[in-house]
Amino acid sequence: MPVMGDPTATEPTIFERSRPGRRASSMPTLDVPPVDPAAVLPGVELADDAPALPELGELDLVRHFTRLSHRNHGIDVGFYPLGSCSMKYNPRVAETAAALPGFRNLHPWAPEDAAQGTLALLYDLQRWLAELTGMSAATFQPAAGAHGELTGLMLFRAYHEDRGDPRRTIIIPDSAHGTNPASAAMCGYDVVTVPSGPDGLVDVEALEDLVDEQTAGLMLTNPNTVGLFELDIERIATVMHKVGALLYYDGANFNAICGRVRPGDMGFDVVHLNVHKTFATPHGGGGPGAGPVLVSERLAPYLPAPVVTRQDNGPGGPRYTWDTDRPKSIGRLHGFHGNVGILVRAYAFLLFHGGDGLQRMSGKAVLNANYVAAQVTDVLPLGYAQHQAMHEFVSTGKGLKPHGVRVTDLCKRLIDLGFHPPTNYFPLIVEEALMVEPTETESRETLDAFAGALRRAVQEAVDTPDVLRQAPTTTPVGRLDEGKAGRELIVRWRPEEG
Amino acid sequence: MEYAPHTDEDLQAMLAVVGRSSLDELFEHIPAGLRPRGEPNLERGRSEDETLRELSRYADANRTDAVCFAGGGAYDHYVPAVVGALVSRGELLTSYTPYQPEVSQGMLQALFEYQTVISELTGLPVSNASLYDGGSAVAEAVSMACAATRRNGVLVSAALDEPSRRVVRTYGHPLGRRVEELGLDEHGTTPVHPDRGSPAGDEVAAVIVQQPNALGVVEDVRAHADAAHAAGAQLIVKLEATSVGLLATPGSQGADLVVGEGQPLGQGLAYGGPTFGFLACRDDQVRRIPGRIVGRTVDNHGRPGYVMTLRAREQDIRRERATSNICTNQTLNAVAALIHLSWLGPQGLRELAAQCLSRAQHAAQRLTEIDGVELAVDGPFIKEFALRLPVADPHAAVSALHDAGYLVGPVVTEGPAAGAVLVAVTERRTAAELEGLADTLARIIKEQP
Repeated sequence: MPVMGDPTATEPTIFERSRPGRRASSMPTLDVPPVDPAAVLPGVELADDAPALPELGELDLVRHFTRLSHRNHGIDVGFYPLGSCSMKYNPRVAETAAALPGFRNLHPWAPEDAAQGTLALLYDLQRWLAELTGMSAATFQPAAGAHGELTGLMLFRAYHEDRGDPRRTIIIPDSAHGTNPASAAMCGYDVVTVPSGPDGLVDVEALEDLVDEQTAGLMLTNPNTVGLFELDIERIATVMHKVGALLYYDGANFNAICGRVRPGDMGFDVVHLNVHKTFATPHGGGGPGAGPVLVSERLAPYLPAPVVTRQDNGPGGPRYTWDTDRPKSIGRLHGFHGNVGILVRAYAFLLFHGGDGLQRMSGKAVLNANYVAAQVTDVLPLGYAQHQAMHEFVSTGKGLKPHGVRVTDLCKRLIDLGFHPPTNYFPLIVEEALMVEPTETESRETLDAFAGALRRAVQEAVDTPDVLRQAPTTTPVGRLDEGKAGRELIVRWRPEEG
Repeated sequence: MEYAPHTDEDLQAMLAVVGRSSLDELFEHIPAGLRPRGEPNLERGRSEDETLRELSRYADANRTDAVCFAGGGAYDHYVPAVVGALVSRGELLTSYTPYQPEVSQGMLQALFEYQTVISELTGLPVSNASLYDGGSAVAEAVSMACAATRRNGVLVSAALDEPSRRVVRTYGHPLGRRVEELGLDEHGTTPVHPDRGSPAGDEVAAVIVQQPNALGVVEDVRAHADAAHAAGAQLIVKLEATSVGLLATPGSQGADLVVGEGQPLGQGLAYGGPTFGFLACRDDQVRRIPGRIVGRTVDNHGRPGYVMTLRAREQDIRRERATSNICTNQTLNAVAALIHLSWLGPQGLRELAAQCLSRAQHAAQRLTEIDGVELAVDGPFIKEFALRLPVADPHAAVSALHDAGYLVGPVVTEGPAAGAVLVAVTERRTAAELEGLADTLARIIKEQP
């Protein structure tokens, strides 16, 4: 919010701030002969005019984006209990590390000799992630969790095809993230949905009925999206492996078990980790993240190429190289090497915490979630209450419906009470779902205040429901007309629209 | 070490509230066989200072002091100081996907503005809110073209950069996409009327070319667009975005889909990531676009505001029928590009491209004065060209140049310029650095077998 004037005043677009002839940029002195483009580019269709970029002085530029930042919530501003996203503190030391000139100024096609530091870091990061997940090899090309899912399913496909047994279907729980079925479809698989049982866990008997010789694998988040550990995971793994199918671990919820339980020990064959979640690299308004994929020994030959390797037999210590000789590789998922700068941040986070710190991290993440749940589930009951929640819990707001209040309204009211709302309407198997993930970096006072705000909003739903339905009123804009946005579809600025 | 703020007193009080006596007890319902033995087999935590010193040890083991004439999709352009200063603001840096638009107007408006500048650079009306990188952006565009044409074949120019070609094949394999390459002519350009007698000939969904291409050569996008359309296919152009400071936009020349690698736009080198990919299309393709897209609307008081729109295409709503699986993208990198492009302005972009052109032309002239050194192909170029060296092993020459303080490359692996070395010349390369490169190269050639 601005400290002066009208807090709801809109910030004009950068194009409306533009004035012809104004500029911020400066160019080096041209110390070579200038050439005439038309003369050296014969037959080439040149632009009549430069693209209509905005024209601003640098101060106007800085003020514009500073004002935009004032209209945005982030972890640095306040609590952000967005379930499934692990919105924890993003340590500044990781930013400092990634900005070290040795990392920042390295060209992606620099010779291996020049990249020994980064290659060594990736190799050592692989060792950490392999230990934490119980896997044996990694690729760092996937730029995000969903990119990792696609990579992992391509590995499934390559494995089955290599055995002369191409398969058609992927089984996915009805509680899964939408990226899971979308990734399966991009990988050419038909999606089969396995229902959750009455306790919120995969219905193993239903799974046994669905599995057949066309099943390529199962995608699973553990703990699952209702925040519960899949207690039958060993039996599930047996069911899948018995028919030659594989298990994919969606790492979105790894913060719950990091340093305590390993997907490899549960029987998973492929794992992706969302380093922007578990290892606290900044989410950047929607990215960049990184989604490294870890695999068991038998899937390693299919990893995207190249993979980083270490040779210890040379003079002068170990040497790290990109191994491109991967005849069974699925190919390439990224034009360079993946989001390496994000992986540097993740490695800084891991070194700082150490194995001991990571174990405390997951313990406190689970404690914080259960602590909030204990304070609110009498008024916002758990979707599934039979088992203890892990790092997040899912409540249902269906009890508010008789008062004409939806979970959306509750969430908008939370904004007026000073809290970013939890994830809502997901997972789909809980009616009026409210998915709360506090993370371990929030203090007891913050959690108490948040629980208090939730309780207050629930009480208001009974006493003064209009307050919820009209919320938020303390933000730069009120509720936005999403229908109009879709119908009229204005997705770029045009002068005539002002 | 850790960032959790719990005091011992907090822990005891909170554990009491949840009815447990230790953190470990919160995991006791998990089958015992899955709960290993004490701490992970990893080093213990360290202080922030020790962490940073350890990371510096890795960073110092990289060598980044060479003068950068390397290309291949990543270029040493200047990144203005305002870019880092603004994208490191915590409100932007530590936010996430703007699911709650009322508290995310800053990022949403920035993305709307980003979509506008990408629309301007590509010459197409619709841009999404970013993809992972240039390579995956080409693959996503192929999916759009296949959906639009209901065909499954792809003709890829051999001068689409090699990693992107591999990404297209990798994405295409599970979906049975036939991918064929169009070989180059002696000028280093993609022939506009290739032999269409291939089995995929009448089922081509998309033709893909790169502008300027992987040898740095400017392609005739308009002719490729006409030829693709005549065959009922769409033209996908992978664009090096700074080139439109001089060149006509691919959209204005008939391209249906324009994608690109965002690295030259405010990203720095960073070993190639994180950068971002951009993707733009015509209005009639908007419902097939992958990932996030931001639209303008009004709030309940009629004030303008922004939301993620056309959400019914996306994975969290449409699941296996979504246009793509993308969720987390490269938003902050896209905002960095917006800031860089706003810093440049139209005049700055034009000067940037013109400076690259002048410096690259001068470099090519100077380098080809060396005995036996020549341009590998004779097509027109802007900032990057393929140089053939009179040496047995170009990789050894690249290595020797690097040892002497000059980074060039990568080496071209196939086609008419196979064995040639790419040289890229940005606005940052001075006449003195060019002289240094030329002198060093001349010496190395003399010393090479």
